[in-house]
Amino acid sequence: MENLPQIVGVLSDGLPETVIATLGGVLLTIILSIVAGLLLLSSSRTVRGVTRVYVEGFRGTSEVVQLFWIYFVLPVLVGFQLLPLFAGIVVLGLNHGAYGAEIVRGAVRSVPRAQYEGAIALSLSPAQRMRRVILPQAVVEMLPPFNNLFIQLLKSSAILALITVPEVTRQAREVLIPNFGADTLLIFGVTFVIYLVLAALITLVMRLLERMASARLGRRPSRAARAAARAAGPTGTEGVAV
Amino acid sequence: MSTPDTTEPMIVFDGVEKRFGSNVVLKDLHFTVAPGEHVTLIGPSGSGKTTILRLLMTLEQCNEGTISVGGRYLSHEMRGGKLGPPREKYLRDVRKHIGMVFQQFNLFPNMTVRGNLIEGPTRVLGLSRDEANGRAEELLDLVGLKEKIDAHPTQLSGGQQQRVAIARALAMRPDVLLLDEVTSALDPELVAGVLKLLQDIGDTTDITILCVTHEMGFARDFSHRVMMFDGGRVLEDAPPAKLFTDPDHQRTRDFLHAVLNH
Repeated sequence: MENLPQIVGVLSDGLPETVIATLGGVLLTIILSIVAGLLLLSSSRTVRGVTRVYVEGFRGTSEVVQLFWIYFVLPVLVGFQLLPLFAGIVVLGLNHGAYGAEIVRGAVRSVPRAQYEGAIALSLSPAQRMRRVILPQAVVEMLPPFNNLFIQLLKSSAILALITVPEVTRQAREVLIPNFGADTLLIFGVTFVIYLVLAALITLVMRLLERMASARLGRRPSRAARAAARAAGPTGTEGVAV
Repeated sequence: MSTPDTTEPMIVFDGVEKRFGSNVVLKDLHFTVAPGEHVTLIGPSGSGKTTILRLLMTLEQCNEGTISVGGRYLSHEMRGGKLGPPREKYLRDVRKHIGMVFQQFNLFPNMTVRGNLIEGPTRVLGLSRDEANGRAEELLDLVGLKEKIDAHPTQLSGGQQQRVAIARALAMRPDVLLLDEVTSALDPELVAGVLKLLQDIGDTTDITILCVTHEMGFARDFSHRVMMFDGGRVLEDAPPAKLFTDPDHQRTRDFLHAVLNH
């Protein structure tokens, strides 16, 4: 136990890498999910087919092998090596983007047909229909599964240890174990807690976004509306009026 | 109201057939509607009334024949002297002149009432936000919901939502307005208010209105013409005074009897 401060200190040195890898991966995941998710809904078979190859390719192969490909094989093919952290972000994004594409596709399809028809009746263009009407409603459906996906991405970031990124897991294995071999339990115990806290932070942020998105759809009264209802008093008949 | 121009119809259905799979919903349908005319479509469910409105809103495409609105084809696009399938861009242009109000309102829940009303005018018609806001306020005043401009659609009753939907359709200043069973999803006590509003709009504008409804009293007061559909065809087409009191067909009589005595 007397080594705890040092253990926490060394693991904390790995925090920036873990956080950067996770945030970078999340950002790339969001972009790829939306792009690939919408392409999966394209009316062109070719477009759908190509996107399907991406999704199935990255979902169906090992993330670790993908990482080795980008970090070790790509340099042989193109002649230069990506920075380890950058290579890691690319793999995390590509991999989780493939899962996210299915989330986006499912959420967009869950928006009632009537909403498309309402948008057509206003002569909105296909892009306007998607951007202004369908996506804002689909987002609410996407947030809970994306919360899961982002937590998985955070945990996956541990594989960056395999390509020398000094993130939390690598700090534990490569720095702490050789020096404090007797404290294995403590070292990996603290490592667990760090991931747990980071996952909790992700959930906190996602819950907040979920609340905001629901309020925007009027599914849960916004703070302003609740305040107005209180002001109207217990006998307020707001909303019942014809 | 401007004098209906009898030489140039607003809407022309010419030999229209619509199938869903092997189910023929409309067959060899011919009719025209004059500018400013109010036409109510009645008939048993499955007789193709709603499909006619959906074809006019380009939510469905017909399998045979042609449909035109304001002298322009809706079902086809004239290109190089030949009729071809319409492209999205062309359809959007024709659609601008047509508005529709749906049974289930179809308001956008991700926008406030104001957002619903200014979306089309700003993004499709190119109005400035100020102009569109002005138009929105005017129309909400007309439908009696001025104070609800910043409310969410979900905070409104069904009747209020349908009034907003009517205002949203009018904000596009359409030449043709399609009303698809607009009171069918409303609680009975809210129906009269919405029908009164539609009557006012009919009386004070020269919009061509096609209406599918089961409210026979409204159909009688509101329409210049009533078309009775059965089995995908027009069975009878007459002014309401004639059709409701002295129809030519026994089928029409039976239908009216069933609807009025339910």
